[in-house]
Amino acid sequence: MDISRRGLFHIGGKLLVVASVGATLEQIIGAEPPSDAYRMADHWWGMLIDIDKCIGCGSCVRACSQENNVPKGYFRTWVERYQVDENQQPTVDSPDGAMNGFAPLTRDDLKAFFVPKLCNHCADSPCVQVCPVGATFVSPDGVVLVDKEYCLGCRYCVQACPYGCRYLHPETDTVDKCTLCYHRITQGLTTACCENCPTQARVLVDFKNPQDPVHEFLRKNMVQVLKPYMATKAKVYYKDLDGSVR
Amino acid sequence: MFHDSGHLIRPALVLLAAVVIFLVIRAAVIPKDFGKYGHYRPAALALVRSHQIAYAGQETCVMCHDDQANARKAGKHAHVACEACHGPQAAHANDPSIKPKLPEVADLCRRCHEKDAAKPSGFPQVVTVEHSGGAKCNDCHQPHNPRM
Amino acid sequence: MMIPGVDGFMYPNEVELQWSLLIVLYPYITGLVAGAFILASLERVFKVEAVRPTYRLALLTALAFLLVAPLPLQLHLGHPERSFEMYLTPHTSSAMAMFGFVYLWYLTVVLLLEIWLEYRADIVRLSQTTKGATRLIYRMLTLGSQNVSTASRIIDDKIGYTVTVIGIPSAFLLHGYVGFIFGSIKANPWWSTPLMPIVFLFSAMVSGIAAVLLLYVASMKLKKMPIDMRCIDTIAKYLFYTFVIDYTLEMLDLIHRTYEADESFRSLDFMVHTRLMFSHVILQIFLGTLLPLALLASTQLWRFTEARRRVMYVTACCCTLVGIFAMRWNVVIGGQLFSKSFLGYTSYKVQFAAREGLLMAIALMILPFLIFVVLVKLLPPWTEQKSA
Repeated sequence: MDISRRGLFHIGGKLLVVASVGATLEQIIGAEPPSDAYRMADHWWGMLIDIDKCIGCGSCVRACSQENNVPKGYFRTWVERYQVDENQQPTVDSPDGAMNGFAPLTRDDLKAFFVPKLCNHCADSPCVQVCPVGATFVSPDGVVLVDKEYCLGCRYCVQACPYGCRYLHPETDTVDKCTLCYHRITQGLTTACCENCPTQARVLVDFKNPQDPVHEFLRKNMVQVLKPYMATKAKVYYKDLDGSVR
Repeated sequence: MFHDSGHLIRPALVLLAAVVIFLVIRAAVIPKDFGKYGHYRPAALALVRSHQIAYAGQETCVMCHDDQANARKAGKHAHVACEACHGPQAAHANDPSIKPKLPEVADLCRRCHEKDAAKPSGFPQVVTVEHSGGAKCNDCHQPHNPRM
Repeated sequence: MMIPGVDGFMYPNEVELQWSLLIVLYPYITGLVAGAFILASLERVFKVEAVRPTYRLALLTALAFLLVAPLPLQLHLGHPERSFEMYLTPHTSSAMAMFGFVYLWYLTVVLLLEIWLEYRADIVRLSQTTKGATRLIYRMLTLGSQNVSTASRIIDDKIGYTVTVIGIPSAFLLHGYVGFIFGSIKANPWWSTPLMPIVFLFSAMVSGIAAVLLLYVASMKLKKMPIDMRCIDTIAKYLFYTFVIDYTLEMLDLIHRTYEADESFRSLDFMVHTRLMFSHVILQIFLGTLLPLALLASTQLWRFTEARRRVMYVTACCCTLVGIFAMRWNVVIGGQLFSKSFLGYTSYKVQFAAREGLLMAIALMILPFLIFVVLVKLLPPWTEQKSA
């Protein structure tokens, strides 16, 4: 490969890019959150999940686990596989939360599909309601978070969550759960699970952003939340969720 | 007048002293700014945000690896994030001398493409044993653009 | 992929139980406190003079158990050193946040004050007659006042009456809020019912009354003093009435559930008949409720000799205490054994020597009796009887 002028531009361009990448990443990956270009009041976060697109690969589970150092055996997100008979009775499995996907089904005569699950970041959250000290809360931009330096580890919130998305972290002895990758979304990135979903079955949405496709989507599509009778104002919407889903 | 009930002052005083001590301790120890946004410490927001990022995101990968990105764009894996297969690469992007470990191809491909009745029927899936007869997936398919 | 101890499907984070044996113990202990206090108030406020011999005993029982009550909670917390936060920033929407304040209120303004007022004359006398370290203790307990004139004692009596009157709803609050903690969790159909605080309260009263009766009989036997039959006959009568109400409430809950048969019913029904068979059907219902009810009912309907009645009461009370413990177990542990998807069950393996294990639970149950012995030595309940 001879070094022509074109080649020089090419290499020079790459060097420039590397330099700027480094600079940008220094900001993104550094331990301090950047000074606030991010305004909480401008955002109201949620998620959209399209059941028809989920292939049960478990990429989201792996990505979340790596991004957030989730302890083994516990899950901030997981995928369930449903097989539903004609009486709408489901058989459900979720081997290790679908961390390594699923072993193929042996029968194909039942209605079957995957359901990714995570914290629903309820606007009217029963887990926040029961915390005795204010260690878990709904942030001003709609994300339910845990203050791990304040949490007593009483686990009342774990009992109060209808969706089973909370657990006690075995190392910090405080309650832990999906943070909607708050450290990422407040810096313009998407969540680890949405980033790595190969079929875009999971999509982060911002209800306060007028350009967000979610507004059009909700106008045109049939959606559900999990356990709507709990009236938690869950903000994770599922398209094409079957009635048998628990 | 209080000759016979004077002793009641004493437990009352003990209680009052305890309450005062409690209020003093409370004022000293209660977290700063608690309640500013709601019933929690505002510092908790910064604490959560300070978590280190592990996945750099496609836009960052593409900054250097544009040839792979172009190959991908032309094929069916256009919307599959680089790190979905290659794992978290923020450390590599920050310091390219950290070499990412190449993924185990067969397991990777199977997780998405092994035939399963629960997968959407339109999604490309095969019974890999029948499909390849034991050969590795990337013997025939280029992962960035899998079309043969 | 089979997870040991799990049948069917559970959400991945549900497999491990969060609230352990110690959380079963806590409502049991506060229940004994509330029940013992209600028995004491029977005499003080409702003028049931027959139970007077157990009045002081009931107060000391309540105190002994109340002092131990926070311990299982502290041992359960991930960060007990942060528990003071409940006093700093109590979240008013959380029933649990109420605990610290209700506990302190009940301990100081109700129980300690009432005991002080009741025993004041004895404390002053003992501060003058004993020697050495005990004399110092009694002198501290007098809080500096040596006034035991008749007029002051009449005032003590009046204030004590008021304190007991305030104490009754306070005792209800102390234990009722625990019932509300469970009853208000809409996510858990085994717990979520408006009946929960009331069921907890009445079962607390049953256990507390039974505990005082047993402690009275044991104390009299140890001190070789005669047992006042009129007293324990009356206590048994009130125990019977309370038990009938308690049983009615629990049956109401059961019948309601079975009749409505909502989404959760099949899953819960299966759980009761399998994982909770021993603790619910055998221990709580048969041994813990039906047997004591039968024994107590027969003493109300037919005449038995004093000796027979004593045996029947003691048997009924022992079974009751076991049964009410089983009830707490069935609520707390039972509520975590089934999946909120109603598609599976997990199991609870009690550890032995761990922080929240069996050994610790046994120690925590023995501790109140040790404290009780110390309290009885310090503040003898039956000095009055001896002189009477």
